[in-house]
Amino acid sequence: MQTPPAIIDIRNLAVTFRGGSRKVRAVNGVDLTVDRGEVLALLGESGSGKSVTLRSLLRLHPKGTLIEGEIKVAGQDVMRLGRRALADLRGGTVSMIFQEPRLALDPVYRVGDQIVETIRRHMPVSRSEARARALRLFEDVRIPSPESRLGNYPHEMSGGMLQRSMIAMALACDPAILLADEPTTALDATVQIQILLLLRELQTRRGLAVVFVTHDIGVAAQVADKVAVMYAGRIVESGHIADVIHNPRHPYTQGLLDARVELAQGSSRLRTIEGAPPDLSALPPGCAFAPRCGRVAETCRTVVPELHSGSTSVACFEPLRG
Amino acid sequence: MLAYAFKRLLHVIPVAFGVSIVCFLLLHIAPGDPLAAILPADATAELQAQMRALYGLDRPLVIQYLLWLLRALHGDLGLSIATGRPVTREILGAMVNSFILAGVATLIGFSLGSLLGFLAGLYRGSWIDRLASSIAMLGVSVPHYWLGIVLVIIFSVELNWLPATGGGTDGSGGRALDWSYLRFLVLPALTMSVIPMGIIARTIRSLVAEVLAQDFVQALAAKGLMPRQILRHVIRNAAPTAISVMGLQLGYLLGGSILIETVFSWPGTGFLLNNAIFTRDLPMLQGTILILALFFVIMNVLVDIVQSAIDPRIQRN
Ligand SMILES: Nc1ncnc2c1ncn2[C@@H]1O[C@H](COP(=O)(O)OP(=O)(O)O)[C@@H](O)[C@H]1O
Ligand SMILES: [Mg+2]
Repeated sequence: MQTPPAIIDIRNLAVTFRGGSRKVRAVNGVDLTVDRGEVLALLGESGSGKSVTLRSLLRLHPKGTLIEGEIKVAGQDVMRLGRRALADLRGGTVSMIFQEPRLALDPVYRVGDQIVETIRRHMPVSRSEARARALRLFEDVRIPSPESRLGNYPHEMSGGMLQRSMIAMALACDPAILLADEPTTALDATVQIQILLLLRELQTRRGLAVVFVTHDIGVAAQVADKVAVMYAGRIVESGHIADVIHNPRHPYTQGLLDARVELAQGSSRLRTIEGAPPDLSALPPGCAFAPRCGRVAETCRTVVPELHSGSTSVACFEPLRG
Repeated sequence: MLAYAFKRLLHVIPVAFGVSIVCFLLLHIAPGDPLAAILPADATAELQAQMRALYGLDRPLVIQYLLWLLRALHGDLGLSIATGRPVTREILGAMVNSFILAGVATLIGFSLGSLLGFLAGLYRGSWIDRLASSIAMLGVSVPHYWLGIVLVIIFSVELNWLPATGGGTDGSGGRALDWSYLRFLVLPALTMSVIPMGIIARTIRSLVAEVLAQDFVQALAAKGLMPRQILRHVIRNAAPTAISVMGLQLGYLLGGSILIETVFSWPGTGFLLNNAIFTRDLPMLQGTILILALFFVIMNVLVDIVQSAIDPRIQRN
């Protein structure tokens, strides 16, 4: 029996920003696959290249950014798409929601009009049909009094409601893939949970493939089927969420978990991983985590470890639990 | 919205009072005796006293002010010393001329300025930006009386295409929508337009850069909009500020430009003011300044109200 091809398939992705005086290699050889209807969490500290990886799927980088590798999304070769085809993909097949919904919506357009605009960009429908569709979407994301809320400007809505609107807009054209860049980070804890539940529900109902970027391993555990842990532009560990959480093999993943557990136990001082992520324009020759790692060995400082599969895939010479 | 507009308009009243006091005092602060201008130098003391009583100059200042204010409120700003005609009528006639000049100049300046500003902002850092920004820079820094004279030399003296000075159909002072009238307008309007052109271009350039740096622009691209559709959002975001800057520019220009109107002998308020100064026509000077100042105050408020009406982000309570 042949397995159907993954809906997202990234091979050896590398992204280099050349805007400033120095080249910044923000993503450095990433492989990722996501199947239809599957949720992948992309986990890592801030600056590890999660957003850059996510944006590469839609080639949403500033002009002059060098993207290398292969990106296949829903059967299309993203690296070879022309401008028009790329724009059709964006928001049509693949849509995106952002960390700060307040900044991601145009402040001077009514929210409803922004959704109608998205619908009419991708679907041949009349304004009133698009309007009716927007209303149904607002009901789907459970915005109270949806009719009147469609007429609101972004500044007239709360953060949670804005994120719901963002989700409605992202789902407006029945995409197969949803890219979520820390969509709950900017929200209050209670609102955060509501949004996570809503996303999970819509994902299941619509069979969406989701890439969910987060720095919070707890959030990843709530939404994801699979997780890929990123550090300094590389994936250091990946596997099923339960395996990674219960049997982390990379010292960095273990570090993220420790920080989370201490927080959950109400420790007054959060134990974070000591040290800071490396400068991406001057990466060490070996494992990028070596300078901060408690299990560092001689080879770690000179050779970049490859990702090896086991119960989870791990890129480490001295993994925990063999 | 209406309540907001009403409240802003109410605020005009105290300001207007202040303006009127300053204008009134002008006559008394101005060096020299106001009567000196209308009386022969060898007038007798008796005659001087007579005139003083006639103009009410012998009464306490407060009474003089109140009487002047009362008359001003009825539209009576006295008679021009130079022409003997009512100051109010002279000013109103001149204002219409200044409005026409300012309106046309702002229209030209805003169109060119917007175009340059958008190009510069959208292609920031490229040669298009450098060219557009240089033109804008020239616009705000070139002395416009000098520019006016240069234009006159080129288009009137050398090419003989346009009249150098005057206004009205064939210089008669009348108004009509035809070439005989409009040809007088071309050079002063062009000269005047370079200032708003430069300011608006620079404002829009930085506005566009500011808008483009916002996250929502990337979000618009992420939902599949084409550059042209994104541009619409950029324009909508930049419009409220751009329009209010245009309003303020129009406000400045409506008051008339002494320099430009004098260079071209355009019969507007600036020209009037210039003549009033040189002939020491104090009632005329006082009236012109009063009306122009009030006009500017109201203009500012109107710009505020219009801006808040078109920009949904401004809270209206
Ligand atoms: N447009 C850009 N130009 C230059 N550097 C960038 C750009 N976008 C991101 N980076 C750099 O790439 C690195 C990874 O960024 P990002 O993917 O946003 O991290 P995160 O994992 O927090 O989402 C950071 O060091 C960031 O400074
Ligand atoms: Mg990020």
